[in-house]
Parts: sequence; C-alpha cells; structure tokens
Amino acid sequence: MSGSDAGRRQFLAWGAGAVATLTLAPGVLLLQPAHGRAPAEAASGKVRWGMLIDTNQCATGCDACVTACNRENGLSGGTRETDSQWIRKMELEDPRTGRKTSLPMMCQHCEKPPCVDVCPTGASFKRADGIVLVDKHICIGCRYCMMACPYKARSLVHENLADQKPDVPRGKGTVEACTLCVPRVDRGEHPACVEACAAAGHGAIVFGDLNDPASEIAQRVAKYPSVQVRADLGMNTGVRYQGI
Amino acid sequence: MKIAYREIEGRSAAYWLLLAVLGAMIAAGLAGAWTMEHHGHIVTGMTNQIVWGIPHVFAVFLIVAASGALNVASIASVFGRGFYKPLAPLSGLLAIALLVGGLAVLMLDLGRADRLVVAMTRYNFTSIFALNVFLYTGFLAVVALYLWMMMERRMNRYTTPAGYAAFVWRLVLTTGTGSIFGFLVARQAYASAMLAPMFIAMSFSYGLAAYLVVLVVAYAWSGRELDAAVLRRLKNLLIVLIAAVLYFVAVFHLTNLYFARQIAFERFILVDGGIYPALFWGGQIVLGSLVPMAMLAHPHLGAARGTVVAASLLVILGGLAQMYVTIIGGQAFPLELFPGMEVSSSFFDGRIHPYTPGLPEVALGLGGVAIAGIVVALAVKLLRFLPERLDAQLAESQ
Repeated sequence: MSGSDAGRRQFLAWGAGAVATLTLAPGVLLLQPAHGRAPAEAASGKVRWGMLIDTNQCATGCDACVTACNRENGLSGGTRETDSQWIRKMELEDPRTGRKTSLPMMCQHCEKPPCVDVCPTGASFKRADGIVLVDKHICIGCRYCMMACPYKARSLVHENLADQKPDVPRGKGTVEACTLCVPRVDRGEHPACVEACAAAGHGAIVFGDLNDPASEIAQRVAKYPSVQVRADLGMNTGVRYQGI
Repeated sequence: MKIAYREIEGRSAAYWLLLAVLGAMIAAGLAGAWTMEHHGHIVTGMTNQIVWGIPHVFAVFLIVAASGALNVASIASVFGRGFYKPLAPLSGLLAIALLVGGLAVLMLDLGRADRLVVAMTRYNFTSIFALNVFLYTGFLAVVALYLWMMMERRMNRYTTPAGYAAFVWRLVLTTGTGSIFGFLVARQAYASAMLAPMFIAMSFSYGLAAYLVVLVVAYAWSGRELDAAVLRRLKNLLIVLIAAVLYFVAVFHLTNLYFARQIAFERFILVDGGIYPALFWGGQIVLGSLVPMAMLAHPHLGAARGTVVAASLLVILGGLAQMYVTIIGGQAFPLELFPGMEVSSSFFDGRIHPYTPGLPEVALGLGGVAIAGIVVALAVKLLRFLPERLDAQLAESQ
C-alpha cells in the first residue's frame, strides 16, 4: 500500500466520520423540514422561513388557525376595533365571476418590509432568517409601521394586559403582529396555526425553509403556481398563496 | 429710520385672561395625555384601523404651519425685501412656538410617551420619522440662531446667511413632513411625490394665516400702531398662497381621478364618504380657501383688521379640515389587499372605518395649540420681538 493510498483512506475515514456525526448530531439534521437552533446560536441568513397557503384547502367558516394563534400567544380573541388580531380569516368574492375564496391573512414577513423601513427607532426589525418582529423594549408606540404595512397585519395594544404568556412578551402602547411563532420555530416546531390547520384536517398551510431545495415548501412553490399578495409592491413576501 | 423693538407691557386684564385660558387648555391637554398614558389608547377614538387620529391632525398642522410662519422673515432676509424686516422677529418666534406645540402633541400621543429618550437615542436612518427628529430639532436651533442674528445688533450682519439657512431648512423640513405620508406606498390616499410640494404650499398659506392673526391681535391689544399698508401687502400675499394650495390640491386629485385604481378612493373623499367630502368641499375649499380669498380681495374691506383676522382664522380652520381629510379620511378608506375583489373579515377588511375622537385626544390636540400660544404670549412680554410702531413709512425705509 503506497503512502498516498493510506492518506486517501485516512481522508475518506475522516469524511465518513464527519458525515456520520453531522447526521447524528441533534439539531443539525437535514431531513427535517424545520429545525431548531441552540439558544446561543444566531438566526441564520441561509434560512428563509415562509408559508405556502393553499386556499383551495382553506374552508370558509373554519377559524382553527385564528383560535390556535390566540391561544398560543395569549391574545384575547376579541374582535373590537381596538383588539389585537395577529391572524384573521378573509373572505374574498370576485364580483365579476362570483368565485369565493377563504384565506388566512397575517404578517407576510416581507424580505423588504416597509414597517422596518419606517420605524424611527429600529424596534421593527427583520431577523436574518426572514422573520419580521417588533422589539417591545424600544417600540415607542408611534404606529408608523401600522400606517406603512400593506397587509394591515399589525395591532397596537390599546389597554392593560393580564395573564401574558412567558414566551410572548406584549405591552400596552406597543405594536405587535404575527411572529411566525418564533419561539416554536426556534425549538424546531411549526407555528401554531400550521399545526391547528393540519389537525382540523385541512392542511392548507405548509411551513418551512424557502431556501432549502429539499423542503416541502420549496418543492411546492417550484412545482405549482403561487402568488404573493400585493406582489406589485415588490416586498417579496415570505408567505405565498395558491388558488387566488 | 431705525426700528425700535419693545416688549409689550402685558399687564392688561385681557393679557392675563389670555394666559389663564391658554394655561387651562394646556392643563386639559396634559390631563388628556395622562389619561391616554394610564389607560392606553382605548380611551381615545383611535383603533387598529384609524391608527392616527385628532392628535396627528393638530400636530401635523402645527408643524406645517411652523415652517410657514417663517415666511415673513424669509422674505426680508432671503428675498431682500426691507419692507418686511420689522416683521421678521415675530415670524421666527411664531415658527418656534408652533413647532414646539406640534411636537409636544406628537410626543404625548405616543403609545409609550415615557420612551422619549429611546426616540432621541436610537435612530433608524431609513425612517423619515427618525430624520424628522433631526429636522425638527435642527429647525429650532437654526431659527433660534437666526433670531439672535436679527435681534442682537452686533450680529446683524450675519442675518442674511442665517436667513438663507433657515429658509432652506424649512423647505427640507416640510418636505420631510409631507413625505411621512408620501412615502407610504401601501395606502391609496398617500404614496405620492405630490405630497411634499403640496405640504410646502400649505405651510406657506397656514403659516402666514397664523402669523397675521398673532400680528393683528398683538398690535391691537398692546395699543400699538399697525399701518394698513403693511396689512395690505401681507393679505395680498396670503391670497396668492391660498391660490397656490388650491393649484396643488387640484392637480393631486385630477391625477388620482385619471388612474382607474384610484377612482374608488377619490369618490370616497370627494363625493360619498360622508364627513370627508363635507370637510373637503365645505371646510377646506369653500370656507378655508374661496371665502377668505374673496374677503381679502374685497376692494374696501380687504385690508381691514377684522377682515384679515377673520379670513386668516378661516384659512386655519380650512387647514385643520384638510389635515382631517388627509390623515383620517386616508385611513378610513379600506386598505386594498386584493384589488377588484369584495372582501370581509373580523378585522374590518373592505369596510369604511368609523372614527369618533375621544375627549382626551381632542384636549391633547388643543393643548398643543395653547402651548404655541403661550410661548408667543410670554416671549413678546419678556423679549423685544415687536416693533413699537409698524407704519408704512418705517417699513419702506428699511
């Protein structure tokens, strides 16, 4: 056996060992559609979390996603004009054809979010993995982001709150919106609305990494036509819709 | 001929009554702000649909009028019209006072007014709001400097460059204010480069109207002479400025009417939107523009003090009506997520959003006006802002 052969074998052995370690190490698995990250690890810019909503599967009158969101995030579920609604069901009708569509609407987690552009203090921000959030500690409650959002996705907390969820800090006088259930996503789970929709038997929402060609969401948007709401604004939303 | 500036005496019953009324209004405004801070915005008429309300109507009006109040000083220093020189210090003072009043309202309306220090220490420079913090504070500094150059004899020779700086600054400032709305791409009422120049034209008109009210009242109450020739020039200028605003408003709406996607919104604001067409046509156009123009153009009564004050007050009320239509009407019309579709939801999609201002927010807005008023009332008593007499002979000699 020549010296170079020994070197090659040694290299292959290391390579096999490394691959085995990668595959076995928790939290670095390539086979799962959503994977968590360690608390100290920064969100990765290689990931772009997104949702694909198939409106053909979304049922009129079903609000499983809305109630799940309210439960998960400690929202009251009230529907006064001053109540926060992170996700809502919209009913659409084309007046020319009579075709009806039902769909959930929430923060679209834009790549170029106008709420982040207009925020004077930088409280509105986009994480490296595409999730748009509000830092409740530096939000001054000016509501400029609410004026700027094309999707009416944001709410101001209009009154005192009680019984908040430890994972989901909220505060009177600050602005809030869908976080894509960021604590769950960081644990490697799916957002509450996605799970609830699947549990209700509709499975209308697919969640995953748009940048990962192996993910279900990436494969579906590659194969079937999907659209962004107000695509004309060029925000490149992370949430896409089928069937509208 | 030298201009002799002198403090007003400020001992009359009317003066003390004015201070008392303004003081009470400020107290009511602060009580309103405290209520909003304590209970949250639930005590106002503002909602998640009508995000900005009456406080913003007053605040934006005051800020826009502030830059316009500097007109008279700019005409003297930048355009070299000596006639206006004796009038200039009051112009600078009023600009500062109106801006302070407007900013106070804006700050006290914040969901977290206690985080003012955050707003002053953390900046996101893609935000026109963040830039405006610099434009507003910078404006106060530049105009204060300008006043110093005007009022301190040894510094008089620097008045012209300071006047240029203030003039350029006020144009940039109003561009920034108009752009708060102009940069909102998603809303049909806004998203237009027209808003910045239109706000500049409005600032000229509203600012001069505010200036004229203060000038005539200050001279009448302090028993000083105010020559009709001075008033005649200023009221003629106001006619031109009102016309300029009408021009911009006409072009803005005509452009929108030409775009099929904007027609529903224009219908709402101009025809069937309830209070908004009423305020637009009745408030902004007829009472706020056409009537004051006709009054001021009257050959005999046009330059009379009473006419000038009444017409100026109408321009101010028309300006508030315009801000109401622009700011609240623009939000009342539903945001269009799916053009061409009929939509409904639990979050009031596709519906016209109602708005009824609450008492605390009205008190806060009026409190801002009172802050501007009290700053002027105290400043003219403490410092030499007003010429002892203001006749045409003095003005012409400058």
